[in-house]
Amino acid sequence: MAPVATPFFFYLLSGTMLIGGILVITRKNAVHSALALIVTLLAQAAIYLMLYAPFVAGVQIILYAGGIMVLFLFVIMLVSIERTMKERQFNKQWLVGIAAAGALGGLFMAVYTKGKGIFPEHALPTAEAQNTQAVGSLLYGQYMFAFEIASLLLLVAIIGAVVMAKKRI
Amino acid sequence: MHAFIQYIQSYLDSNQTPGAAGNVFWAFIYILLVFVGLSVAVIAMNWLERKILAHMQVRLGPMRVGPHGLLQPIADALKLLIKEDIMPAEADGFVFWVAPFIVVLAAFTVFVVVPFGPTHAITDMNIGILFMLGVSSLSVLGIVMAGWASNSHYPLIGALRSSAQMVSYEVAMGLAVVSAILMTSLNEQGTGTLSMIGIVQAQQTQGMWFIFKFFPLGLIAFFIFAVAMIAETNRAPFDLPEAESELTAGFHTEYSGFRWSLFFLAEYSAMIAVSSIAVTLWLGGWLRPFPNFLTGPTWDLVFSLFPGFTFLFLAGMCFYSTARMPKHPLFRIQTMGLAGFGAALALIGLVLFHPQVRLRIEDIYWFCAKVAAFMYLYIWYRGTFPRYRFDQLMKVGWKILLPMGLGVLILTATVGLWPLIKQTIWHP
Repeated sequence: MAPVATPFFFYLLSGTMLIGGILVITRKNAVHSALALIVTLLAQAAIYLMLYAPFVAGVQIILYAGGIMVLFLFVIMLVSIERTMKERQFNKQWLVGIAAAGALGGLFMAVYTKGKGIFPEHALPTAEAQNTQAVGSLLYGQYMFAFEIASLLLLVAIIGAVVMAKKRI
Repeated sequence: MHAFIQYIQSYLDSNQTPGAAGNVFWAFIYILLVFVGLSVAVIAMNWLERKILAHMQVRLGPMRVGPHGLLQPIADALKLLIKEDIMPAEADGFVFWVAPFIVVLAAFTVFVVVPFGPTHAITDMNIGILFMLGVSSLSVLGIVMAGWASNSHYPLIGALRSSAQMVSYEVAMGLAVVSAILMTSLNEQGTGTLSMIGIVQAQQTQGMWFIFKFFPLGLIAFFIFAVAMIAETNRAPFDLPEAESELTAGFHTEYSGFRWSLFFLAEYSAMIAVSSIAVTLWLGGWLRPFPNFLTGPTWDLVFSLFPGFTFLFLAGMCFYSTARMPKHPLFRIQTMGLAGFGAALALIGLVLFHPQVRLRIEDIYWFCAKVAAFMYLYIWYRGTFPRYRFDQLMKVGWKILLPMGLGVLILTATVGLWPLIKQTIWHP
């Protein structure tokens, strides 16, 4: 099968992601921000597909479609669009922002110049045809304990939500 | 030129889907075929729904445009295309404009992985069923966008109802799907599959449709899915998002003309999509009925003659109606048209008897026949069930279907692992 991981698609998708991400923070209308966010997340799912990880891509679409849905409802029900249109959008924290951006840029530069030992010598073999099966057997075999702890965390969150929402238990 | 013909030929000799073979030409042909077939199915469904509903209510339904109203959907489509396209002045322009396209894209994209036969799918993905569920869940986004961008009360309430309903029923639906996928892992390797073709092949090797597997567990899971999929597609009796007695037309109240017809198209193709998920997971996809009881070349021949006889039957119906047409000069063109339609159907039926065509078309026929049965059920529900109230709808979703789904999932896992459990308990 011909490879799909061409540089053209990488630049297209990451460009879409960057534009989407910028739109998320610059739009004044919160609904438009939510829409830009889902464009970003879908482009990210496509990048996972490009990296031969279809299972992660599928889960990304399912989870974030639902997640953004709920975010959308919060925006519609809780945020008054007329008021946010008049509000000042950015706070005056540009000094901290520049410092954080500089630190992140420095990290990227360090990895780019001196990070040869971090990455494997060759590209890993792609197991696209058995991707889901490989993820499944790793999750329920080697990482069983971590998986169960994560599900316990979610259970605590569910119980917490019920306790918060219900007046009388 | 010669190389191009060889490129086309090479796929015909291979035994794969065009996506797996990486053949762009045939993938394009398949996409075109699926798109055209889907559009024809939506048009036919439009006519059938009005006609069947009318007969259920002892009416005649559309009778004026063409014989027995056969040309009514085409007339409707033309009317919608010519109609003025109105956008409310206070609407959010871009979101209002883009919402119907998102709904249509989500409804059509899922057909990339629908398996009409072992080689008759556009492509086969490792995450097939996950892809279908994920992309079809994007359509609710378009619905909420449409409802919000209209900047009007009825659409907004319809959209909120739709999203609440979809989020609730997706949970039960997912549990039912997982219990069917668990059944695919009952083989020597012990690993299941999410690929749509793989799921049907698992039913083939286990010699059983999953609806009958671990009776009644498969049946209950199928029932949960069959209820949840009606709620997912916003159809009666769960059509609260567009409950016309309360919300005029729900989320698409403010849409008109071409954009409204996009919503219509998306609704019907989403119905076909979820029906084909149900057919793939529980009803053996493209497998013919009784593949393991009625075996042998004789039965193979009998079942492979079904497509031809179906078309001949439809042609016979047309000829019968032609004979019953009023003998008045004004009806001459209609009578001739109906006879011509019957002749075309009979010709297709005769072509389908040819052995080469018969063998290639058989799996597609059985898949489409099963999906068509689901489409009839959709109309039947609409004709017979009263609409739920919203709190009843939520109660059905969360208090009945969800616990049932959890129970079926746990029981399926237990029964599937039973040989292993027995071994460890009695022979430590």
